[in-house]
Amino acid sequence: MKQRRLVSNTLCHVLLAVLGFIWVLPIFYVVLTAFRAEEGSYKSYIFPKGYTFDNFVNLFNTSNSMIDFKRWFLNTLIIAIFSTLIAAFFTVCVAYCMSRLRFRLRKPFMNLAMILGMFPGFMSMIAVYYILKGLGFLETGALKQVALVLVYSGGAGLGFYIAKGFLDTIPKAIDEAAYIDGATKWQTLIHITLPLSKPIITYTLLTAFMAPWVDYIFAKVIMGSDTQYYTIAIGLWTMLQREHIETYYTQFYAGCVMISIPIAILFILTQKYYVEGVSGAVKG
Amino acid sequence: METISKNPRTDAPALRAVLPNTARPLQVIRESDAISKLSLLIFGLGNLINRQIGRGLLLLAIEIGYIAYMVTFGIGAMGDFFTLGTVLQEEVWDEALGIFVYTKGDNSMLCMLYGVITIVLTAIVIAVAYMSLKSAYCTQKRKERGMHIPTLRDDLHSLLEENIHGLLMAFPSFGILAFTIIPLIFMILIAFTSYDRDHQPPGNLFEWVGLANFAQLFSSGSRLAATFWPVLGWTLIWAVCATFSNFILGMLLALLINRKGTRIKGFWRFVFVLSIAVPQFVTLLSMSTIFNANGPVNVMLRAIGLLGATESIPFFTDATYAKITIIGINMWIGIPYTMLSTTGILQNIPVELYEAARIDGAKPPTIFRKITLPYMMFVMTPTLITAFTGNINNFNVIYLLTGGGPDSLDYYFAGKTDLLITWLYRLTITQKDYNLGSVIGIMTFLVLAVTSLLTYHRTGAYKDEGAFQ
Repeated sequence: MKQRRLVSNTLCHVLLAVLGFIWVLPIFYVVLTAFRAEEGSYKSYIFPKGYTFDNFVNLFNTSNSMIDFKRWFLNTLIIAIFSTLIAAFFTVCVAYCMSRLRFRLRKPFMNLAMILGMFPGFMSMIAVYYILKGLGFLETGALKQVALVLVYSGGAGLGFYIAKGFLDTIPKAIDEAAYIDGATKWQTLIHITLPLSKPIITYTLLTAFMAPWVDYIFAKVIMGSDTQYYTIAIGLWTMLQREHIETYYTQFYAGCVMISIPIAILFILTQKYYVEGVSGAVKG
Repeated sequence: METISKNPRTDAPALRAVLPNTARPLQVIRESDAISKLSLLIFGLGNLINRQIGRGLLLLAIEIGYIAYMVTFGIGAMGDFFTLGTVLQEEVWDEALGIFVYTKGDNSMLCMLYGVITIVLTAIVIAVAYMSLKSAYCTQKRKERGMHIPTLRDDLHSLLEENIHGLLMAFPSFGILAFTIIPLIFMILIAFTSYDRDHQPPGNLFEWVGLANFAQLFSSGSRLAATFWPVLGWTLIWAVCATFSNFILGMLLALLINRKGTRIKGFWRFVFVLSIAVPQFVTLLSMSTIFNANGPVNVMLRAIGLLGATESIPFFTDATYAKITIIGINMWIGIPYTMLSTTGILQNIPVELYEAARIDGAKPPTIFRKITLPYMMFVMTPTLITAFTGNINNFNVIYLLTGGGPDSLDYYFAGKTDLLITWLYRLTITQKDYNLGSVIGIMTFLVLAVTSLLTYHRTGAYKDEGAFQ
């Protein structure tokens, strides 16, 4: 019996080690190439012949008309901050209404949200593009950025499902106790529900913040060929295009590392909230 | 029996007796007096007469604003909406300037857009008209029964109490209307027009063509149909494989890490979580170089002698390989997510349930089947459906890895790994065949609607939201 457990334990650890290796390898390769000294794209070997920091230095020093990493980074950061605030506000508002309140339009709204969620998000994009164009939002680069913020946050109210799922796990009895003590619904929301919802608020903020960093399609459609207003995602994609890949291959990886580090730190710090947020954590 | 409360702020139950939540519009109209009925035409009349000045003026202002809009712009816009423009942009010789100038023609696209906006505004105003009637009716009933008639202050206060949903939902709903609903109606309508690359405004007009585009898609023998069915097939295979491989393997991974015998749990979790922390497009773009014909995977295979010096496995250039590679890479991305979320849920199952089961003598498999799995399904079904929907519409994975390629000459501007959504992208952004793109979008919607609406309505999470509350 004891021997069998030993065997199965060993097997499990070996399996985990193999899987872990597979999962770490690509990340390892990205980091390795970011420090590669040789220029050019694909090489016939894995381990670089020399190592250098130049890729990172060059990344922040090149600012020609096509490739401007520093600018892209700032663009994305600004867009992310504004769209996060709006999107998280919308999501939490709707999630609270759907979870804690009962009103006549609630079920219709939930069904509508589900139906709307089934259309490819990209489909409405083209119309949004023309609406924004009609409103004059696409005339200068700065206005395009405002347009992008609106695009990322405008429909955020539809993404309430996960937050609602979390709020559903907060016992109703807590709210009822507050009502009996004479609190209005507003006071209950501000003083009871929101403090208990910190995990899901963090989760919502985080996912909303990530969106502009990882979105390709919306940014590309809105920005077109206005390279200096690009966000990171389309910027890095540009670096891998045929005309740039030979020059910027290693810098592309340096850029990937630069982007991943802050997001990874942010993510690991809030991982606890992520887990709690997805699964619901407040016990009655 | 109805109780009439003295405090106007807490007389919501009494009001419900006046106007039950189940009241139908017809019933309200039948029981209304003349002034209330007139409130359907003159918004806020019933309120103004009963000295609810604030509420009455607000309703009236909406009506006046709408009429002003319709007279100055809306009626013309509706006319253009039906014709989609009649004046073609033309080159005319300008005698005074001595050059050709363009006369401004109608822009079919804008005609359609303004038409849609006008229709939506009209729908909203009709809803407001009903609100006006209801509001007048309530006031009428309150007066008949000698109840307190709420002042503007009471109305505002009710926004923090029984009408708090109105306050909280206002801005999000506006955002949804402007950035999702109106654009979507617009795009759906495009499917019934001839808005393709030969009919591009402002140079050309396009017109209503009814179901012609759908007929083209379903007529056997057309190149469009020969593309649609294979692409749809691959989209479904992809969505099923991607969703379930991630869910099942991710849950197994979570169980593997959480089992009693496993040491350094935190370390294993960290190893897998690391890959989530990397932004997805970074992963995808690097993966597309890693599996390139001359990328490190092929280099490695050559180094250990599995391939000759110039051979390479066509990870992205052969249709079958490309499909397998994409699903594999998607597992690399998705499994840690499932691992992470299921870990939380597994830890979150109330311990008392397990203890009770153990006391009753249940064996671990029974406990898993009767407690763990139902709980997991209760929490995870909406996530699974969302994941399935997300995978059908998974633009990034396909576009950034293969771009839909390898291209096929038999297809109408699509490649072997194109999903409906990436094909839609090509049709609209590259080919400018907006009407076909819109048809594809509607078909995508139908696929999703059929699969997920059915499953969702069967789940416990929908039927009984409070089961674990």
